[in-house]
Amino acid sequence: MLFSIFAILTVAGAVAAMSFRNLVHSVLALTFAFAGLAAIYLLLGAQFVGLAQILVYVGAVAILIVFAVLLTRDDGTAPRSILSSSWKESAVVVLLVFGVLAWTISRSLVFGQGGGSLPRDVSMQEIGNALMQRFALPLEIVGALLTVAMIGAVTIAVNEKEERR
Amino acid sequence: MGDAADQFFVNLLHRAVGTLPAGLRPILSSLISVVAILSVFAFLFAVTTVLERKGLGRIQNRYGPNRVGPLGFLQPIADGIKSLTKEDIVPHSADRVVHFLAPLVLVFAAFSLYAVLPIGRNMVLADLNAGVLFFFAVSSVMELTIFMAGWSSRNKYSLLGAMRAIAQMISYEVPLILSSVTVVMAAGSLSTVDIVERQAGYTGFFPHWFVFTPWGFAGFLLFLIAATAESNRSPFDLPEGESEIVAGYYTEYSGFKFALFFLGEYLGLFAISGLGITLFLGGWAAPFSFLTWVPSYLWFFAKLILLIALFIWVRGTLPRLRMDQLMNFAWKFMLPMALLNLVTTAVWHFLAQGVVRWVVCILMIVVAYVLLGRSLMHGSRLEKRVYRFAE
Repeated sequence: MLFSIFAILTVAGAVAAMSFRNLVHSVLALTFAFAGLAAIYLLLGAQFVGLAQILVYVGAVAILIVFAVLLTRDDGTAPRSILSSSWKESAVVVLLVFGVLAWTISRSLVFGQGGGSLPRDVSMQEIGNALMQRFALPLEIVGALLTVAMIGAVTIAVNEKEERR
Repeated sequence: MGDAADQFFVNLLHRAVGTLPAGLRPILSSLISVVAILSVFAFLFAVTTVLERKGLGRIQNRYGPNRVGPLGFLQPIADGIKSLTKEDIVPHSADRVVHFLAPLVLVFAAFSLYAVLPIGRNMVLADLNAGVLFFFAVSSVMELTIFMAGWSSRNKYSLLGAMRAIAQMISYEVPLILSSVTVVMAAGSLSTVDIVERQAGYTGFFPHWFVFTPWGFAGFLLFLIAATAESNRSPFDLPEGESEIVAGYYTEYSGFKFALFFLGEYLGLFAISGLGITLFLGGWAAPFSFLTWVPSYLWFFAKLILLIALFIWVRGTLPRLRMDQLMNFAWKFMLPMALLNLVTTAVWHFLAQGVVRWVVCILMIVVAYVLLGRSLMHGSRLEKRVYRFAE
């Protein structure tokens, strides 16, 4: 029952994010949807993922989106319709994706089919061990990726400053 | 006697909950603990407002509030009545929903921070496996509410103050989290209860707190500076400085919402001091082994009041930092220091016990501090300060 409440809240947040005309309102509704997702993760017992979702998405990604919206603002008050001009094609794509996802879930463990077993409760120590031993290479690659992204951002910002002079 | 006084509130809770039907017990136990936390920390907030105003007044060579009640200590009641009865002004073009929600979410997030702080032995509301991560996740929600407050007021100065505040908070979050990571490394667990238990022993009568190690001391100082910046307190209060930008992101708030912002800010300060106490100062442990008969929660609150006094002292003493000085300090000094502190913690952990590891770690930290400090001075010489007074 708790799952239904959080699921409805998440979906409501996502629908609101699409339908608000004001861009910052959409961002805040999207943040609410992120928080709903974090609650679902926590309901599943995944403490680390749920809390990391709040820390990363609500704390960092939402602020990033907000900064991006505010620094590249258009007039904002031009009345636009909620539906974009290509809504028929988008509806077909959405229905296809939904169909594929629903078919996959219906043949998975949630409905008692498929191979494998349900994961037991994973503690923080196990996640740490796995990251440091079995998944050490992916961890290093992600670290290198983040460093490259940071250096790239600094390079772009520095170049912009020099071009303006 | 010691144990009965120490576990007094825990036993009280068990007895109160035991008189109720078994199905409702977990919910009611959590409910009573939550009410206790709300009332204790709200009362501490009230006391802190008056202590801060009197403390700042004394530092600035004046009395603080001294009319209401004996020595002015009933001032919070007067402040509360005033903020409750003030007219709630919302600007005409402000975004009403977001304007209303911002202080609410701030106070909600600030109160949630207390769920993982162990206030005494067996006195933590939620013994999460990832307690420290929960704390930082919820405190990052508080940054978003500051943006909501600044943007919804449709005021250029509020928006500017909010942007500055967010930039400051995300810059100082990095050294804050890095200095906490050193403690997590040393304790081997993200759970606050485990971290307190790791600092529980005594050698002779000297405690095993992490602050008494070189990396712990440096980490604690970094943590305190970053905590001052996270709570937007002086000397980092440019986003809300009264002489700079009126009140920054809460310019357009009046009456009770302003009081809620105030409450949220101070609660955030207490929570982050509480985390500092848990991580570095041994939580609810007594400072000397012959003082363990004093109940654990009294030690927690004594340390908390000491830290609050320290914050008030720093507020009254140091001048405000400019925005670029603030950001330079965070990224060019505190981040390298925090990273080096991390390496020092690892070195401490892997060297054998004895004088060698003390000398090596102290050298690492002191040399890094001096070199980083010199590099930030941009070559200006350190001279004796010359004062010129107006004649």
